[in-house]
Amino acid sequence: MKPLSRRSALSILAGAPAAAALVWTDVEARQAHEHAVAAQAKAPAAPFKPKFFTASEYAMVGVLVDLIIPRDERSGSATDAGVPAFMDFMMTDQPRRQIAMRGGLAMIDRLSLDRCGKRFVSATDRERRLLLDEIAYTSNPDRGLSQAIAFFSSFRDLTASGFWSTRMGVADLQYQGNTFVSEWTGCPAPALRKLGVSYGTD
Amino acid sequence: MQVIRSPKIYDVCIVGSGAGGGMAAKVLCEAGADVVMLEAGGMWDSAKDSKMSAWPYDSPRRGAATPTKPFGEFDGCIGGWEIEGEPYTQAVGSQFDWFRGRMLGGRTNHWGRISLRWGPDDFKRRSLDGIGDDWPITYDEIKPYYDKLDRLVGIFGSMENIPNEPDGIFQPPPKPRCYELLIKQAADKLRITCIANRLSILTQPLNGRPACHYCGQCGRGCATHANFSSTSVLLPPALATGKLRIITNAMAREVLTDEAGLATGVSYVNRTDRRDYAVRARVVVLAASACESARLLLNSTSGRFPDGLANSSGVVGRYLTDSTGLSVSGHIPKMEHGVPHNEDGTGGAHLYMPWWLDNKSLDFPRGYHIELGGGKHSAPAFGFMGGIQRFNGVGGYGKSLKDDYRRFYGATVNFAGRGEMIPNEHTYCEIDPNVVDAYGIPVLRFHAKFSEHEVNQAKHMQETFREIIHEMGGTPLSPMPSREALYGLEPVGRIIHEVGTTRMGNDANTSVLNRNCQAHDVKNLFVADAGPFVSNAHKNCTWTILALSMRTAEFIAQQRNGGTL
Repeated sequence: MKPLSRRSALSILAGAPAAAALVWTDVEARQAHEHAVAAQAKAPAAPFKPKFFTASEYAMVGVLVDLIIPRDERSGSATDAGVPAFMDFMMTDQPRRQIAMRGGLAMIDRLSLDRCGKRFVSATDRERRLLLDEIAYTSNPDRGLSQAIAFFSSFRDLTASGFWSTRMGVADLQYQGNTFVSEWTGCPAPALRKLGVSYGTD
Repeated sequence: MQVIRSPKIYDVCIVGSGAGGGMAAKVLCEAGADVVMLEAGGMWDSAKDSKMSAWPYDSPRRGAATPTKPFGEFDGCIGGWEIEGEPYTQAVGSQFDWFRGRMLGGRTNHWGRISLRWGPDDFKRRSLDGIGDDWPITYDEIKPYYDKLDRLVGIFGSMENIPNEPDGIFQPPPKPRCYELLIKQAADKLRITCIANRLSILTQPLNGRPACHYCGQCGRGCATHANFSSTSVLLPPALATGKLRIITNAMAREVLTDEAGLATGVSYVNRTDRRDYAVRARVVVLAASACESARLLLNSTSGRFPDGLANSSGVVGRYLTDSTGLSVSGHIPKMEHGVPHNEDGTGGAHLYMPWWLDNKSLDFPRGYHIELGGGKHSAPAFGFMGGIQRFNGVGGYGKSLKDDYRRFYGATVNFAGRGEMIPNEHTYCEIDPNVVDAYGIPVLRFHAKFSEHEVNQAKHMQETFREIIHEMGGTPLSPMPSREALYGLEPVGRIIHEVGTTRMGNDANTSVLNRNCQAHDVKNLFVADAGPFVSNAHKNCTWTILALSMRTAEFIAQQRNGGTL
């Protein structure tokens, strides 16, 4: 594949913020491009039909996961990475999760109705964030919200699992393993220097 | 029920294809014996069945556990704590978790390849401090087998001259990962010994197997056979003799005996057609795992052996021990925003900490070793950075959360202690009088309890791991558990080092097997798994299972040549 310039990589990532905010290397940009292309190639032609979530739940999951992991200068959002479909799969693969998921989404919807008179998906971005500010922080001592906080923590964990395990997530984190290494030479000098360690005299 | 009997009489029937069974098959086949091997699971070949190199995103579940793969869907070992159709029960107030492999190679498909040779003291604990029992053999007697094992299988390590951690015949160890050096730096300050790990993973080609390619995925089964498993190292040479017949999906039910009280073969249920079969053999070697072999003996009752075969002592199922185990993770700020590089290395840590203290000055009598982990070892998968609030203190959402994942990724170290548990009268297995499995075979009921020895040892582990984390400038990711919570000790069985249920000894009244792992009561019956162990040093049992099985199999071969068997 012909190496891409940073500019052309960026032009492919729709919605990327202004180039001035970026600190990518060319390699990073190329990886992001490759992954974006791969993600597009993998996108199913027909719309995904959830097996567990109802249509309204699925819409709500899509909004929630993107609030948790939004698109930014380094990678796409949770829905860009297909997290809602991943979650739907996990609900059928690990059925013990189903009650907590269904009930947790219902609980958030109820809180939304209570706070702003609208269901969560119909609320404005500001209204949604005001609600998340109450339930997304385990430091919130409000005991009346403890179940919502616990649900959100577990939902955030599942979102992270679904996002960072994708090609997009792996590239964002710059994980460099899962490859054949002919000779193990240990860690490179900059990594050793950063930690203040060395291999000594050998 | 009609039993389908094999017409052939084999020289040896081996039950189980793991470390003990695989080694016995290799030695006996090469000595010229006709061997039939019963394996409860199916065939498995890591060269084509392994999920090595798969990315989590290759699967919709991203590497998450499944009922038959409790360590994640890519893990090599088929089996687990719960197996469909094969229950076991717990006595009131007990918890023993029983992990079983159901595949060719057994649980050699599941372990960290930590291959620690036991030391002289480990075989004579009673003589040293009056606690537990001595083995009927010494380190000097088993040392030649450890040596042969090192040469046959291959192991890396460093020469250290630590008295009770004997050096082996080592290949060069791989260089430590950078965070492992950081751990060593802290360990050195705290005067905790931290040396090269001792893993049965090749760093140089050996006996036709290539060196490791450092993908860090030993647990998935090595497609190039660069690490040890029974199917990679032991069964191929056994099969090459043309003397080994392997019967898979064979759930052993009973050891058959004749009027003279000798073993004549083994009956088993074919899991595929659910019919009863029997193979006949002149010698029977049980290597089905400590608890499964004990179960088989206890279920082999007859007029002559009303309490089960080889159990005139009543000791079968007793002296069950596991390793103690617990782990603590720590967040290390110095490791945040690490320089990206490939940290995979071999499966498992490149360094470890052998027991470094003298128990005489401590409130527990046995030691433990520390297994290290951390960094960016293995690709992001299901469970990635779960509980982010443990790192950033709050959880949160949005752009700042996303940045937190990046910041804290790989900035973790983990310490897992594996300690010696001392056999106690409250920990054993027996046949449940009321329950059978799906094949109609009575199941095991477990009794399990830790003593103060293990609880005090666990406290010491917790304090040590936290001290190392603090020395590294970090913060433990979990609070110190209470004494009531046994300081976070995993339930007995959870470390998957269960041993001792058919122990060796010179006294037929207090042991099942003699010093050659031969049943006191039945001279053509042997046990070649971890059942014969008299004690359970913290040094992970596989290497000693292998050495002991080799010794037992050579004894059988000699006895056959001499006409005694």
